[in-house]
Amino acid sequence: MTVPSELKYAKSHEWAKVNGNVVTVGITEYAQTKLGDLVFAELPVLGEVVQAGDSCTTLESTKAASDVYSPVAGKVIAVNDNLVGSPELVNQAPYTDGWLFQVELSGELPEALLSAEAYQKLIDSEG
Amino acid sequence: MTEPLKSIPLESLHRELGARFSPFAGYQMPVQYPLGLKGEHLHTRSAAGLFDVSHMGQVLVTGPNLEEALEQALPIDFSGWRQGEQRYTVLLNDEGGIIDDLMVARTFGDELRLVVNAGNREADLARLRELCPTLSFEWIPAALIALQGPLAESILSQFDSQAASLRFMHGQELVLDGATCWTTRSGYTGEDGYEISIPIDAADRVTRLLLKGGDVVPVGLGARDTLRLEAGLPLHGNDIGPDVTPVEAGLVFAIAKSRRPQGSKAGGFPGNKVITDQLVAGPAKRLVGFTSDSAVPIRHGASIVTTDDQPAGVVTSGTVSPSLGYPVLMALIESPLIGQPLIAQVRQHRLPINQVPLPFVPKRFKR
Repeated sequence: MTVPSELKYAKSHEWAKVNGNVVTVGITEYAQTKLGDLVFAELPVLGEVVQAGDSCTTLESTKAASDVYSPVAGKVIAVNDNLVGSPELVNQAPYTDGWLFQVELSGELPEALLSAEAYQKLIDSEG
Repeated sequence: MTEPLKSIPLESLHRELGARFSPFAGYQMPVQYPLGLKGEHLHTRSAAGLFDVSHMGQVLVTGPNLEEALEQALPIDFSGWRQGEQRYTVLLNDEGGIIDDLMVARTFGDELRLVVNAGNREADLARLRELCPTLSFEWIPAALIALQGPLAESILSQFDSQAASLRFMHGQELVLDGATCWTTRSGYTGEDGYEISIPIDAADRVTRLLLKGGDVVPVGLGARDTLRLEAGLPLHGNDIGPDVTPVEAGLVFAIAKSRRPQGSKAGGFPGNKVITDQLVAGPAKRLVGFTSDSAVPIRHGASIVTTDDQPAGVVTSGTVSPSLGYPVLMALIESPLIGQPLIAQVRQHRLPINQVPLPFVPKRFKR
């Protein structure tokens, strides 16, 4: 199970890629495996202001709908439109083509975000 | 759930195959394998899938005046029912609601075999014993494996050539690697295939053999659900249940013609009065199939309204069809509103839905 070292992680299995004050968000490989084959992604609206921990995306597999929480606070400045026609990109490439949305940070990164090493320990403990 | 989860005979094989398990009806059941729900689903439609449905209840029925006695409990008619033939029927409560839907097979001896849903096993047996006190109903200790898909016949025929001549909704004993297995040509996917009852001590060995018999993959309960939904087959506990009658569910065929009004053996089964009234006057609600042009999945529990927001019904099963690529659903709809433009409500979305005849994907049974 891949856990790229350059990313930050939320306990709820989202990743955050920080580039200056712009943060790209997706779900981890562990999370996409748990969700199963995705059939639909409902992304946030451009310009929406989110708080860390807000539910702002719904990912639907053939079986169930799951919420994705923003790991950071800020304004949504981009969403991955490719997921509208191809939600399976999240399964195929969760860390690259399957990204979900980008947020312009409104403050500091939350301290609760985990390093790759700490996140690896978390998923090891969840089995 | 206070009781510990029961395990099925093939649990260690499923673990080797990489299954993910989930509790279902008190059993720890394989939900999907590493191939994933969609892959398992599509492989069953294009080649073959193997399903462990050992949680379902297999019942042996024996006793004096067996057929006459069972006709008191179920809306069936054994006249003209050949040995080896299997039929689908319903166990009803006194209000005509469906306690369970089940298969009844006449074997080549003085006995009948039933297959009932896992979640209703104990309730079914209690009800049948109450309605037929002179009969004996005993669990058959065997695994139940479904082999489904266009390659099922060629795979099973390698082990017993008689599999090829078995007709749809008929059963007989096949000998698979030395084990005698009551096998019916039936299933829950809309594909041709078999349901194979394997004695417990041979179950692991025979199942491994079937998995090596050709282009067949193990399929979990997840894909079993999407396959049956595409085939328009109701799931007890979702689409049908104790407050839904077979008339409302479009399952009138599960009631023998002779047991319906004006038939030669009309009535005489639990719930008969309600069923008769509904057959004459039409039911207040009906189970109907819909599709949607939007990508948003519409699931069990979503409400259906008219364009002016009048409640019209509720979704009983729904998913994005892996074969078709768009949402399909079944819903119980108030009869007067069927045919009007209807809308499904999902979160903030109002999604127009299109009524379509069932099944969504044509059945490919071998008649």
